[in-house]
Amino acid sequence: MTVYDAMFWFFGLALLLCGVLVLISRDAVASALFMVLGFVFLAGLYLLLEAWFLALIQILVYAGAIMVLFLFVVMLLDFREPRRWWHGNLLGWLGAPLAVAALLAALLPVLKRAGALAEAPEKWFEGTLENVMTPVFTRYLLPVEITALILLAATIGVVVLGRKETKP
Amino acid sequence: MMHVGLEHYLAVSGALFALGLACIVLRRNALLVFMGLELNLNAANLALVAFSRYGGHAEGQVLATFIIAIAAAEVAIGLAIIVALFRRRATIVTDLLRSLKG
Repeated sequence: MTVYDAMFWFFGLALLLCGVLVLISRDAVASALFMVLGFVFLAGLYLLLEAWFLALIQILVYAGAIMVLFLFVVMLLDFREPRRWWHGNLLGWLGAPLAVAALLAALLPVLKRAGALAEAPEKWFEGTLENVMTPVFTRYLLPVEITALILLAATIGVVVLGRKETKP
Repeated sequence: MMHVGLEHYLAVSGALFALGLACIVLRRNALLVFMGLELNLNAANLALVAFSRYGGHAEGQVLATFIIAIAAAEVAIGLAIIVALFRRRATIVTDLLRSLKG
Protein backbone atom coordinates (compact mmCIF):
# COMPACT_ATOMS: atom_id res chain seq x y z
CA MET A 1 0.00 0.00 0.00
CA THR A 2 1.51 3.29 -1.08
CA VAL A 3 1.19 6.65 0.68
CA TYR A 4 -1.30 7.69 -2.01
CA ASP A 5 -3.54 4.72 -1.25
CA ALA A 6 -3.34 5.35 2.50
CA MET A 7 -4.32 8.98 2.00
CA PHE A 8 -7.21 7.97 -0.24
CA TRP A 9 -8.57 5.58 2.39
CA PHE A 10 -8.12 8.16 5.13
CA PHE A 11 -9.85 10.99 3.25
CA GLY A 12 -12.56 8.75 1.78
CA LEU A 13 -13.51 7.04 5.03
CA ALA A 14 -13.34 10.32 6.99
CA LEU A 15 -15.62 11.93 4.39
CA LEU A 16 -18.16 9.11 4.65
CA LEU A 17 -17.98 9.21 8.46
CA CYS A 18 -18.74 12.93 8.34
CA GLY A 19 -21.67 12.17 6.02
CA VAL A 20 -23.07 9.67 8.54
CA LEU A 21 -22.64 12.19 11.37
CA VAL A 22 -24.48 14.85 9.31
CA LEU A 23 -27.31 12.36 8.94
CA ILE A 24 -27.61 11.35 12.60
CA SER A 25 -26.65 14.52 14.49
CA ARG A 26 -29.59 15.86 16.47
CA ASP A 27 -28.32 19.42 16.44
CA ALA A 28 -28.46 21.34 13.14
CA VAL A 29 -25.30 23.27 14.08
CA ALA A 30 -23.41 20.02 14.69
CA SER A 31 -24.64 18.72 11.31
CA ALA A 32 -23.46 21.87 9.54
CA LEU A 33 -20.03 21.72 11.21
CA PHE A 34 -19.60 18.03 10.35
CA MET A 35 -20.47 18.97 6.80
CA VAL A 36 -17.74 21.63 6.76
CA LEU A 37 -15.28 19.00 8.02
CA GLY A 38 -16.49 16.57 5.36
CA PHE A 39 -15.94 19.18 2.65
CA VAL A 40 -12.37 19.65 3.86
CA PHE A 41 -11.80 15.90 3.43
CA LEU A 42 -13.46 16.07 0.02
CA ALA A 43 -11.00 18.82 -0.90
CA GLY A 44 -8.28 16.36 0.16
CA LEU A 45 -9.68 13.83 -2.31
CA TYR A 46 -9.63 16.54 -5.01
CA LEU A 47 -5.96 17.14 -4.19
CA LEU A 48 -5.27 13.42 -4.62
CA LEU A 49 -6.98 13.68 -8.03
CA GLU A 50 -4.66 16.62 -8.83
CA ALA A 51 -7.68 18.92 -9.17
CA TRP A 52 -5.82 21.76 -7.46
CA PHE A 53 -8.20 24.50 -8.53
CA LEU A 54 -11.36 22.66 -7.48
CA ALA A 55 -9.84 21.77 -4.10
CA LEU A 56 -9.24 25.47 -3.50
CA ILE A 57 -12.76 26.38 -4.64
CA GLN A 58 -14.22 23.62 -2.48
CA ILE A 59 -12.63 25.12 0.63
CA LEU A 60 -13.25 28.78 -0.29
CA VAL A 61 -16.77 28.57 -1.68
CA TYR A 62 -18.31 25.45 -0.17
CA ALA A 63 -16.76 25.11 3.28
CA GLY A 64 -16.24 28.86 3.55
CA ALA A 65 -19.22 30.64 2.01
CA ILE A 66 -22.09 28.19 1.57
CA MET A 67 -21.82 26.46 4.94
CA VAL A 68 -21.43 29.81 6.72
CA LEU A 69 -24.72 30.78 5.09
CA PHE A 70 -26.27 27.60 6.53
CA LEU A 71 -24.92 28.36 10.02
CA PHE A 72 -26.13 31.93 9.72
CA VAL A 73 -29.68 30.76 8.94
CA VAL A 74 -29.60 28.26 11.83
CA MET A 75 -28.67 31.16 14.11
CA LEU A 76 -31.32 33.42 12.57
CA LEU A 77 -34.21 30.98 12.86
CA ASP A 78 -33.80 29.96 16.51
CA PHE A 79 -36.04 26.92 16.13
CA ARG A 80 -36.41 24.07 18.56
CA GLU A 81 -35.04 20.80 17.24
CA PRO A 82 -37.80 18.17 16.96
CA ARG A 83 -37.47 15.40 19.55
CA ARG A 84 -36.70 12.74 16.97
CA TRP A 85 -34.79 13.59 13.83
CA TRP A 86 -36.30 10.96 11.57
CA HIS A 87 -39.64 10.65 9.85
CA GLY A 88 -42.17 8.29 11.36
CA ASN A 89 -43.67 7.27 8.04
CA LEU A 90 -43.18 3.79 6.66
CA LEU A 91 -42.83 5.06 3.11
CA GLY A 92 -39.54 6.79 3.85
CA TRP A 93 -38.04 3.81 5.66
CA LEU A 94 -39.02 1.47 2.84
CA GLY A 95 -38.30 3.94 0.06
CA ALA A 96 -34.83 5.07 1.18
CA PRO A 97 -33.16 1.60 1.13
CA LEU A 98 -34.98 0.81 -2.11
CA ALA A 99 -33.71 4.00 -3.71
CA VAL A 100 -30.17 3.31 -2.49
CA ALA A 101 -30.36 -0.28 -3.77
CA ALA A 102 -31.57 0.95 -7.17
CA LEU A 103 -28.74 3.48 -7.23
CA LEU A 104 -26.13 0.83 -6.43
CA ALA A 105 -27.62 -1.53 -9.01
CA ALA A 106 -27.29 1.21 -11.60
CA LEU A 107 -23.75 2.01 -10.47
CA LEU A 108 -22.34 -1.53 -10.33
CA PRO A 109 -21.92 -2.04 -14.11
CA VAL A 110 -20.10 1.30 -14.29
CA LEU A 111 -17.83 0.28 -11.38
CA LYS A 112 -17.01 -2.98 -13.14
CA ARG A 113 -16.10 -1.19 -16.36
CA ALA A 114 -14.34 1.73 -14.65
CA GLY A 115 -10.90 0.14 -14.93
CA ALA A 116 -11.31 -0.05 -18.71
CA LEU A 117 -12.50 3.57 -18.89
CA ALA A 118 -9.32 4.93 -17.32
CA GLU A 119 -6.63 6.10 -19.73
CA ALA A 120 -2.91 5.50 -19.45
CA PRO A 121 -1.29 7.53 -16.62
CA GLU A 122 0.54 9.89 -18.98
CA LYS A 123 -2.82 11.04 -20.41
CA TRP A 124 -4.34 11.87 -17.01
CA PHE A 125 -5.72 15.36 -16.63
CA GLU A 126 -4.13 17.79 -14.20
CA GLY A 127 -6.65 20.32 -12.90
CA THR A 128 -4.51 23.43 -12.77
CA LEU A 129 -6.18 26.82 -12.95
CA GLU A 130 -5.05 27.23 -16.56
CA ASN A 131 -6.21 23.78 -17.67
CA VAL A 132 -9.67 24.14 -16.12
CA MET A 133 -10.36 27.79 -16.86
CA THR A 134 -9.16 27.98 -20.47
CA PRO A 135 -12.10 25.88 -21.74
CA VAL A 136 -14.47 27.76 -19.42
CA PHE A 137 -13.64 31.11 -21.03
CA THR A 138 -13.34 29.85 -24.61
CA ARG A 139 -15.56 26.92 -25.54
CA TYR A 140 -17.98 27.29 -22.62
CA LEU A 141 -18.30 31.08 -22.64
CA LEU A 142 -22.06 31.03 -23.25
CA PRO A 143 -22.74 28.80 -20.19
CA VAL A 144 -20.62 31.21 -18.12
CA GLU A 145 -22.82 34.09 -19.20
CA ILE A 146 -25.97 32.08 -18.46
CA THR A 147 -24.56 31.22 -15.02
CA ALA A 148 -23.96 34.91 -14.38
CA LEU A 149 -27.58 35.57 -15.30
CA ILE A 150 -28.78 32.81 -12.96
CA LEU A 151 -26.72 34.29 -10.11
CA LEU A 152 -28.30 37.68 -10.78
CA ALA A 153 -31.77 36.12 -10.81
CA ALA A 154 -30.99 34.33 -7.53
CA THR A 155 -29.83 37.57 -5.92
CA ILE A 156 -33.01 39.37 -6.97
CA GLY A 157 -35.10 36.41 -5.84
CA VAL A 158 -33.51 36.39 -2.39
CA VAL A 159 -34.11 40.11 -1.98
CA VAL A 160 -37.78 39.68 -2.96
CA LEU A 161 -38.23 36.64 -0.70
CA GLY A 162 -36.52 38.30 2.24
CA ARG A 163 -38.69 41.44 2.20
CA LYS A 164 -41.12 42.02 5.03
CA GLU A 165 -44.66 41.37 3.90
CA THR A 166 -46.68 44.53 3.47
CA LYS A 167 -50.43 44.49 3.78
CA PRO A 168 -52.00 45.31 0.39
CA MET B 1 -5.07 -4.82 -1.60
CA MET B 2 -5.95 -3.25 -4.92
CA HIS B 3 -4.28 -0.10 -6.15
CA VAL B 4 -6.58 2.92 -5.83
CA GLY B 5 -8.16 3.82 -9.16
CA LEU B 6 -11.22 5.35 -10.76
CA GLU B 7 -13.60 2.75 -9.33
CA HIS B 8 -12.61 3.57 -5.74
CA TYR B 9 -13.46 7.23 -6.20
CA LEU B 10 -16.77 6.27 -7.84
CA ALA B 11 -17.58 3.99 -4.90
CA VAL B 12 -16.96 6.83 -2.41
CA SER B 13 -19.08 9.10 -4.58
CA GLY B 14 -21.92 6.57 -4.68
CA ALA B 15 -21.82 6.06 -0.92
CA LEU B 16 -21.85 9.83 -0.32
CA PHE B 17 -24.82 10.18 -2.67
CA ALA B 18 -26.66 7.44 -0.75
CA LEU B 19 -26.01 9.29 2.53
CA GLY B 20 -27.32 12.53 1.04
CA LEU B 21 -30.40 10.71 -0.23
CA ALA B 22 -31.01 9.21 3.22
CA CYS B 23 -30.68 12.71 4.70
CA ILE B 24 -33.30 14.05 2.25
CA VAL B 25 -35.78 11.23 2.76
CA LEU B 26 -35.43 10.61 6.50
CA ARG B 27 -34.70 13.94 8.22
CA ARG B 28 -37.61 16.02 9.54
CA ASN B 29 -35.79 19.33 9.71
CA ALA B 30 -36.05 21.23 6.41
CA LEU B 31 -32.52 22.63 6.84
CA LEU B 32 -31.12 19.11 7.09
CA VAL B 33 -33.07 18.06 4.00
CA PHE B 34 -31.30 20.89 2.26
CA MET B 35 -27.90 19.79 3.56
CA GLY B 36 -28.61 16.33 2.15
CA LEU B 37 -29.08 18.00 -1.23
CA GLU B 38 -25.63 19.58 -0.87
CA LEU B 39 -24.13 16.16 -0.09
CA ASN B 40 -25.69 14.85 -3.31
CA LEU B 41 -24.21 17.69 -5.35
CA ASN B 42 -20.78 17.06 -3.88
CA ALA B 43 -21.01 13.34 -4.59
CA ALA B 44 -21.76 14.19 -8.22
CA ASN B 45 -18.82 16.61 -8.26
CA LEU B 46 -16.47 13.93 -6.94
CA ALA B 47 -17.56 11.51 -9.68
CA LEU B 48 -17.10 14.22 -12.34
CA VAL B 49 -13.62 15.13 -11.12
CA ALA B 50 -12.58 11.47 -10.93
CA PHE B 51 -13.80 10.83 -14.50
CA SER B 52 -12.06 13.98 -15.68
CA ARG B 53 -8.79 12.94 -14.03
CA TYR B 54 -8.68 9.38 -15.29
CA GLY B 55 -10.33 10.05 -18.65
CA GLY B 56 -7.85 12.82 -19.44
CA HIS B 57 -10.28 15.59 -20.41
CA ALA B 58 -11.14 18.96 -18.88
CA GLU B 59 -14.94 18.80 -19.24
CA GLY B 60 -15.63 17.06 -15.92
CA GLN B 61 -13.86 19.70 -13.88
CA VAL B 62 -15.40 22.50 -15.95
CA LEU B 63 -18.84 21.06 -15.19
CA ALA B 64 -17.95 20.71 -11.49
CA THR B 65 -17.00 24.40 -11.42
CA PHE B 66 -20.39 25.30 -12.91
CA ILE B 67 -22.15 23.05 -10.39
CA ILE B 68 -20.45 24.84 -7.48
CA ALA B 69 -21.49 28.24 -8.89
CA ILE B 70 -25.10 27.12 -9.39
CA ALA B 71 -25.14 25.46 -5.94
CA ALA B 72 -24.26 28.82 -4.38
CA ALA B 73 -27.27 30.44 -6.08
CA GLU B 74 -29.50 27.50 -5.16
CA VAL B 75 -28.48 27.61 -1.49
CA ALA B 76 -29.21 31.34 -1.30
CA ILE B 77 -32.70 30.88 -2.77
CA GLY B 78 -33.46 27.75 -0.73
CA LEU B 79 -32.44 29.29 2.57
CA ALA B 80 -34.47 32.42 1.76
CA ILE B 81 -37.49 30.18 1.18
CA ILE B 82 -36.88 28.38 4.49
CA VAL B 83 -36.57 31.71 6.34
CA ALA B 84 -39.80 32.97 4.73
CA LEU B 85 -41.50 29.67 5.66
CA PHE B 86 -40.34 29.97 9.27
CA ARG B 87 -41.60 33.56 9.48
CA ARG B 88 -45.04 32.53 8.29
CA ARG B 89 -45.53 29.15 9.97
CA ALA B 90 -43.04 29.28 12.87
CA THR B 91 -41.78 25.78 12.12
CA ILE B 92 -39.49 24.04 9.65
CA VAL B 93 -40.35 20.47 10.65
CA THR B 94 -41.36 19.03 7.32
CA ASP B 95 -44.15 16.72 8.51
CA LEU B 96 -45.91 19.63 10.22
CA LEU B 97 -46.06 21.51 6.92
CA ARG B 98 -48.87 19.65 5.25
CA SER B 99 -51.36 22.27 4.17
CA LEU B 100 -50.93 21.20 0.53
CA LYS B 101 -51.96 17.65 1.46
CA GLY B 102 -55.64 17.27 0.60
